[in-house]
Amino acid sequence: MAVTGAPRARKRGKRSSGFGLGVAMFLPAVVYVLLLVAVPFGMAFFYAFSDARIGSGGEHFVGFDNFASVLENPTFRKALGNSFIFTISSQVLVLIGSTALALALKDKFRGRGFVRFLILLPWVAPISLGAIGWKWILDSIYSVVNWVLIAVHLVKPFDKPMWLGQPSLAMISVIVVHTWRLLPFSTVILLAGLTAIPRDIPEAAAVDGAGFWRTLFEITLPMLRPILNVAMLFGIVFTFTDMIVVYVLTAGGPYDSTQVLPSLAFFTGIQGSDLAAGAAISLFLVPLLVIVALLMLRVAHRAEVT
Amino acid sequence: MARRRGQDRALSRRIGRGLVIAFFMVFLGFPFYWMLITIFKQNADLYETENNPFIFNASPTLENLRLLFYETGFVRWLGNTALVGILVVGITLVLALPAAYSLARLTGKWGGRLGILIFLTYLVPPTLLFIPLSRIVALLGLQDSIWSLVIVYPSFTIPFSIWLLMGFFKSIPRELEDAAMVDGLTRFGAFIKLVVPMSTSGILTVVIFTFTLVTQEFVYALTFISPESHQMLSVGVPTYLILGDVYFWGSLMGGCLIASVPIALVYNLFLDRFIAGFTVGAVK
Repeated sequence: MAVTGAPRARKRGKRSSGFGLGVAMFLPAVVYVLLLVAVPFGMAFFYAFSDARIGSGGEHFVGFDNFASVLENPTFRKALGNSFIFTISSQVLVLIGSTALALALKDKFRGRGFVRFLILLPWVAPISLGAIGWKWILDSIYSVVNWVLIAVHLVKPFDKPMWLGQPSLAMISVIVVHTWRLLPFSTVILLAGLTAIPRDIPEAAAVDGAGFWRTLFEITLPMLRPILNVAMLFGIVFTFTDMIVVYVLTAGGPYDSTQVLPSLAFFTGIQGSDLAAGAAISLFLVPLLVIVALLMLRVAHRAEVT
Repeated sequence: MARRRGQDRALSRRIGRGLVIAFFMVFLGFPFYWMLITIFKQNADLYETENNPFIFNASPTLENLRLLFYETGFVRWLGNTALVGILVVGITLVLALPAAYSLARLTGKWGGRLGILIFLTYLVPPTLLFIPLSRIVALLGLQDSIWSLVIVYPSFTIPFSIWLLMGFFKSIPRELEDAAMVDGLTRFGAFIKLVVPMSTSGILTVVIFTFTLVTQEFVYALTFISPESHQMLSVGVPTYLILGDVYFWGSLMGGCLIASVPIALVYNLFLDRFIAGFTVGAVK
């Protein structure tokens, strides 16, 4: 009795100390992340209700003044609208493009590894550097795109499009460059989803006479939906909160026509020293982030249940 | 007849596939090809709009690269980025390894939930936090110092690393640790002496991922650091290779390509693991 009791007691003791050890092992990481994410997150709210500026001490509580003045600012309204145009357009392009590309890359063929490496480059390369590459490609004088268009007589040499200098063209340019950056990420996620679909289901459909498009829309895409959702949720966050493409390519110009919320928050809060207004602008990112986080939790929960 | 139609269909599908791949290879790969060509062109060739930009109208040159390496801060920025990368990798591993193990093994059911919550902090973007963080950095007296980045970067590398490592630890059979503990090791000893050495490939994945994130980060580096010699690659190249309105395109493209390709090569090797992390278990 005593002989069998002792190890059992020790085991139980070990298990409860296991929980203590568990807490001790994850606490440092959690505290670190909380200090550098939750604390500044709270401070962003605090600043948004204050009159904080770089270089001045002692903030005062000013209520909703910052939000009121930000909402009246035409540049802010423009940036808010642009953020949605930027996010929705590039997401539509990314989803269509990456679905097509993932389907094309699904089966093995010679050189697939090389193709995968090549198409992955825009995602892995630092985006500020990729965007500089595009800035050169779209340069007002030396644009290779324009050179080709002139060579095939689509545009006249004295009437070249200014890709980054005309409002609507500039918007199209930042959307295309962002699509370029996100497409590889979405493609590899969808590829992972495609390989998880049992091969025999689309094949059986093909034997039954279903054509390519019918198989695609009635079988492959519905089965791909959970993973499409994941790719889209990440895509939305990465796009809506990104300021790098806009900052490098156009700096929000011409005439704020490509200004988005994150870039405006930077120009106002950091370069313009108005921390309070900058914080208020960046808080407009929060509602969408909360929605995405909740949807993401649902995806994770479903994956846990099934 | 039916067989013929089947062959036609297979053929048209192959052609369609080829066209799609060709289109995206050009779209996605062209900027890098263009960087490569630009690096070796003489300025006189680059800045002559009549010239066909696809060919070398003057003999290729290494002048742009010489300028990049000897007359700009590029080498400094490379060094800064490598140093910050190594330190951030160290901090990330020290904090994320035990945390991931604890959430995978010791905290039972709510370890998983806590793991998802930690993963969600990865969704909080720098563009939301950079204003308060710039204040914190100033208070700590770390403005214009790469130490500000060393401290701040783990805030986004730790969450994703915990998430990746959790999945990894769960795949190690529990029995191995139990056996080691019966042989007299403590739980923590089993973790250090048994689990960590068994997780080399998981740790490598985290190292690569963390390093990639450090080289890609732009917003914090732009916000916290202004002197040229303290810059990171991601900010230094697009900011300091431009003087007023003058762009050193040849050197710029050199900086972009040299900083991009090695990372991409390594990242490619570990791709499947990152994807498994990103898909939150939606793919099995």
